[in-house]
Amino acid sequence: MREKLVLIGNGMAGVRTLEELLKLAPEKYDITVFGEEPYGNYNRIMLSPVLAGEKTIDEIMINDLQWYEDNNITLHAGKKVTEIDRVNRRVIADDGTVEEYDRLLLATGSRPFILPLPGADLPGVISFRDIKDVDTMLETSKSRKRAVVIGGGLLGLEAANGLMLQGMDVTVVHISGILMNQQLDESASDLMLEELQAKGMKFLMNHATESISGDDWVKKIHFKDGTELDTDLVVMAVGIRPNTELAESAGIHAERGIVVDDTMQTFDPTIYSVGECVQHRNQTFGLVAPLFEQAKVCANHLAKMGIARYISTVTSTKLKVTGIDLFSAGDFNGDEDSEDLVFKDAARRVYKKLVIKNDKLIGVVLYGDTVDGTWYFQLMKDETDVSDIRENMLFGQHHIGDSGHGAANSTDNLPDDAEICGCNGVCKGDITSAIAEHSLFTLDEVKAHTKASASCGSCAGLVEQILASELGSDFNDTPSKKALCGCTDMSHDEVKTAIKQQELKTIPQLMDALEWQNEDGCHVCRPALNYYMLSSWPNEYNDDPQSRFINERVHANIQKDGTYSVVPRIWGGVTNPRELRAIADISDKYEVPTVKITGGQRIDLLGVKKDDLPKMWADLSSAGFVSGHAYGKSLRTVKTCVGSEWCRFGTQDSTGLGIKVEKMTWGSWTPHKFKIAVSGCPRNCAEATIKDIGVVCVDSGYELHVGGNGGIKVRATDFLCKVDTEEEAMEYIAAYMQLYREEGHYLERTAPWIERVGLKHVQSLVVDDEANRKALAERFYESQENAQDDPWAEHAAKHKENYIPIKQVS
Amino acid sequence: MSWTEVGPLADIPNKGSRVLETPDGNVAVFRTAGDEVFALYDQCPHKAGPLSQGIVYDKRVACPLHNWVIDMESGEATGPDEGCTRTFETKVEDGVIFISL
Repeated sequence: MREKLVLIGNGMAGVRTLEELLKLAPEKYDITVFGEEPYGNYNRIMLSPVLAGEKTIDEIMINDLQWYEDNNITLHAGKKVTEIDRVNRRVIADDGTVEEYDRLLLATGSRPFILPLPGADLPGVISFRDIKDVDTMLETSKSRKRAVVIGGGLLGLEAANGLMLQGMDVTVVHISGILMNQQLDESASDLMLEELQAKGMKFLMNHATESISGDDWVKKIHFKDGTELDTDLVVMAVGIRPNTELAESAGIHAERGIVVDDTMQTFDPTIYSVGECVQHRNQTFGLVAPLFEQAKVCANHLAKMGIARYISTVTSTKLKVTGIDLFSAGDFNGDEDSEDLVFKDAARRVYKKLVIKNDKLIGVVLYGDTVDGTWYFQLMKDETDVSDIRENMLFGQHHIGDSGHGAANSTDNLPDDAEICGCNGVCKGDITSAIAEHSLFTLDEVKAHTKASASCGSCAGLVEQILASELGSDFNDTPSKKALCGCTDMSHDEVKTAIKQQELKTIPQLMDALEWQNEDGCHVCRPALNYYMLSSWPNEYNDDPQSRFINERVHANIQKDGTYSVVPRIWGGVTNPRELRAIADISDKYEVPTVKITGGQRIDLLGVKKDDLPKMWADLSSAGFVSGHAYGKSLRTVKTCVGSEWCRFGTQDSTGLGIKVEKMTWGSWTPHKFKIAVSGCPRNCAEATIKDIGVVCVDSGYELHVGGNGGIKVRATDFLCKVDTEEEAMEYIAAYMQLYREEGHYLERTAPWIERVGLKHVQSLVVDDEANRKALAERFYESQENAQDDPWAEHAAKHKENYIPIKQVS
Repeated sequence: MSWTEVGPLADIPNKGSRVLETPDGNVAVFRTAGDEVFALYDQCPHKAGPLSQGIVYDKRVACPLHNWVIDMESGEATGPDEGCTRTFETKVEDGVIFISL
């Protein structure tokens, strides 16, 4: 027989938990839901757009009544549970309905705090919390003119804005001198105040309310300083309090909220709790993202998988109040040991403040231009050492040696047909309609539905802006950590640590030990795990070709029509007539339709049929060529200029060094593709300063530059150090490459890796610490011992069957 | 139903695929981790990518061109993507795969 699960509270957190549970264990429970409001589950953070007349109630429903029916969930809508009988494991509602449970989930949410003022119970004094409040506001605005909103926080300002749009004359009363003091500092608040005043909103700052008066409807509001104001409506938006009465009446331990542990379990082991009603490690919650994470953890335990833990971390708020962009995160006021970086342009109404402590970013406030919010937040979470970028970081990621592809900084004024995602041709209107139609909350969901930012990802900031603007209110879309893929909750770093600590040496062993949710993994995790195995256990791990992307499985680059491209290695880009003749003859023999010179100084033979690959490789092999690895997450090419051998400006033998470096590094697997260049003088014809590592020769030696990228986001390299000899340059390159192989996340280029860990970190391990550099280089040489067998020769000789049909039928 | 012999199951790598050439185009024949066999028309419903070259897991394959994930039982794209490719019935007898074309 199935166990019985009862959910009290038909809100976002509770129902999200059910959704997660149904994904994990659809058959486990008979589910019953009690909700006080007579509706299905709706998106509470969308109430502001409803009040503003931009959306209807129907449009903000997440799960309509049909959803409950489809999932065999019994919904008691409009019934309030009044008693939990823990001894007999049953709950009793106000209309006498009784339901038994094996597991109970409390998601009773929060209720608005009503100031205990004389007159607070008058008709016309309301809060801003549910559909009923919105109805009251809309109704009142039709017949009456003046409204007062008590509370200049996020919710209060949204209520005020909505009422103003409904034609009312609105005054916001705020007890402090700073609006939204949970999210903003004084300067940002002042900018916002001016902007809202210009829209017609009135403010009484530093005003404390003493009482409210009226006969059968509110008439006046009185302040402690003796002044008063006529009004027809009072909306109290001074905060929320977790709803704990029901839990407390049943003897379940609650303080400010219902106390739960890291598994979302209350003090009664059969009872769980999620959402705004809980208190976890002394923290209570009001934003959406933490609630969704709690839902995930709780569902995992309800499904008796027992592996997830809820860990609350720093949260950010990206929000839209009445068309104003705001972003804030962390400790934005700082303390005596912190330093502020501040940018203020009052005419453009842009304000940015970064709070830095011990070379790390600890707080951010952005007003007017929030496109870099996600980036700053990432720097905070990763605790990146920002000392190297602090002189430019205030101007945004685009100014960190980076020119991007010229995207807009704000989506606000863009028309619906403006292209946001250049890779997949997704326009703003596509995104906004997908958000509304499919009730999307997160960047990942928008990616899945629209493909916006699903390819190169450079428009992710813009997509998040659109998301924030569509969802309005206190929306937060930043998970506390990024899971490697949908098969696990563990991050890249956690998986890598586990591989080492638990000595996991095969992918099946890892999936078993770390309780992977899909037995076979998926196309995202398998290539990553295969790489981590290879880099963790070099010369020991047996490569799994089925966990590699097709290009690395067949050692050629798949093209849009299913043919392949073949790029032979040409060391340092230096070739000769004999090699060129061989390439020409082989191209003729296999009727190669396109022959092209690549950006990395190699020759690309495009349009080769799969079954020709092994034959072609055999021919290339006998002409002396090996694979160019133009298809792999591996060393690609070492690009060179002619250097001192020919060039009248050349200072060192850059071609010679490039060839030596390529002979040392070819065949090595890396987290993502890896490009090197060597230039013979600072004119830098080999463009070494946009490579993963670049050498710029100078008269006195060799400059090493790291973390460059010429792709999605152009990023100039950071200067690592200068060395005197070729031998040293080679050792530093090997050590640096090994550090990246060990620390980089799969599919993370060196540019984002260095931005994540900080240049200082790399310098301390590769430059300052000689013993460590030598150890790193040694590990690189060791793993290269078996890596430099040409895969083409091997496949042409041994694995021909991978390239031909199993059978032809006529 | 008429069955055409494809070849030994052992000729397809575990969690892999081989192509069967037919006059009507290629058919991708898949072998799952549990040695089940599925066959799909070798074209992704998105941009006609060769599904036979994708990464295989559970009863699904990820297209090598743009990572659409196709359910091998139904031929339907999974997740929010929409599209369907043709499926073929298969059976394995004494370690030999047969297909109904």
